[in-house]
Amino acid sequence: MAKLIMSLDNAVIREVPLDKERFTIGRKAHNDIQIDNLAVSGEHALIVTILNDSFLEDLGSTNGTLVNGNPVKKHILQSNDVIEIGKYKLKFVSEAPTGAASVADFEKTMVLRAPVGKMNPPGPGAGGFGDTQVSPTATQTTTQAQPPTATATAAPKAPEKLAAIQILTGPSAGKELELTKNLTTLGKPGVQVAVITRRPHGYFITHVEGAQFPVVNGKALDAQAHQLNDHDVIELAGVKMEFFFKNG
Amino acid sequence: MIANLGTALEVVTATDPGMVRSHNEDSIGTDAEIGLAVLADGMGGYNAGEVASGIAVAMLSTEMKQALENHEPHVVDGSGETLAEKFVRENSAKANAAIYQTAKSQPQYAGMGTTLVVALFFDNRMTVGHIGDSRLYRLRNETFEQVTRDHSLLQEQIDSGMITKEQARYSQNKNLVTRAVGIDPEVETEVHTYNVEPSDIYLLCSDGLSDMVQDDDIHETLSAFQSNLPLAAKQLVQLANDNGGRDNISVILVRVIEDFAVPTGWFAKFKAWFR
Repeated sequence: MAKLIMSLDNAVIREVPLDKERFTIGRKAHNDIQIDNLAVSGEHALIVTILNDSFLEDLGSTNGTLVNGNPVKKHILQSNDVIEIGKYKLKFVSEAPTGAASVADFEKTMVLRAPVGKMNPPGPGAGGFGDTQVSPTATQTTTQAQPPTATATAAPKAPEKLAAIQILTGPSAGKELELTKNLTTLGKPGVQVAVITRRPHGYFITHVEGAQFPVVNGKALDAQAHQLNDHDVIELAGVKMEFFFKNG
Repeated sequence: MIANLGTALEVVTATDPGMVRSHNEDSIGTDAEIGLAVLADGMGGYNAGEVASGIAVAMLSTEMKQALENHEPHVVDGSGETLAEKFVRENSAKANAAIYQTAKSQPQYAGMGTTLVVALFFDNRMTVGHIGDSRLYRLRNETFEQVTRDHSLLQEQIDSGMITKEQARYSQNKNLVTRAVGIDPEVETEVHTYNVEPSDIYLLCSDGLSDMVQDDDIHETLSAFQSNLPLAAKQLVQLANDNGGRDNISVILVRVIEDFAVPTGWFAKFKAWFR
């Protein structure tokens, strides 16, 4: 079960397990987590837990709610996020994976068994999303592996060095093109096209289209992608260009 | 009399277990001549996922080929839908029954299931049936769009306004499908038909691609490599692996090369008899 570690001025006050679907936080006594402080609104925020996700929602508080220093209205909590309400810090810790789970279980597609019929979307005028109910608190038929900390749909890790192409010949001679994108297309469609891909372990040039293959340092490439090294000279569609790493 | 779409369509496939899993439980099948592409992402313990997705693809491929031997997909039947739609629906149901029965009869396959996405091209159209979160995308001119809507918890949350698409990337509830093939005695296939234009490129993929690579990056890759479809497929798999490859990755790319309308008019039909 996920939990919140509440602290003030770096002293841990208590740990609160998130054992309910809805957790209210505020100054008034009826809140699940009561924080008796004038900087905290009567009803300050709400944490809703649906299966493996916990959502934090600010309930229109006077001083706002921060997560990792940023003001939020609605936020999906990730492990180690630090929520700030007034002067209090609440660190969200998601559940640790059970012994049986492994990295390979994460990302496994599993079927959600709704009790009967389709899932009901929330009715109209369902206040903040704190009000919506999701029908399956149903049991899973397949083993429910507790996923380890999720990462967002990843962006490829950029290689440490930024690289660029400098055109050496032709009308654009002298121009420099920084390879900031993951894919840079070079050449003339219909004549000769190659793509430079930026991958975690470096930059690669791949022939895409055309009867002639790109020439690197005087040698024609084959159909395989070719890793580019500092100061390689590429010849493509009649134009020579140099690949180089910047501030390298 | 089957129309031969072999020259109208370019079909390319790629499948890869990814960087983490030991088995590949995705299955894919294509038949360019009848304009068929099928992709299934299996789930279940041990190798049950492989079995489930394998049954789905084999069943759809065999049944569709057989059905199209004697029937033309564009013909509209009594109920007002095309035979293409009818066949997609019926054969998905047959696959569901086959997997369900197999799962019941063998304890090591209990609970196994699979997603399914099937595309049938005919008469400048494409009928798509899907169950689960394997997807079909379309690249038309510069526009890249997801055509199928996932049957998943996350999609339902997005549809109901609970979370935004951006927030969904961070969700731990990814990969929870609300519909699957083979886990219930009956399942409803979502079926739609779309017009198709020359130079369209269609991508069928399992979530091993769409979970590891953002739509924008898929778009960029497809655009850059579109003149070389086999390379495009390889690049998509490579990109998913570079980003972690946490699941099996499967990709089918279909490019519409030319018009493939059904001949109408008495002379065209007459000529067609001599094919």
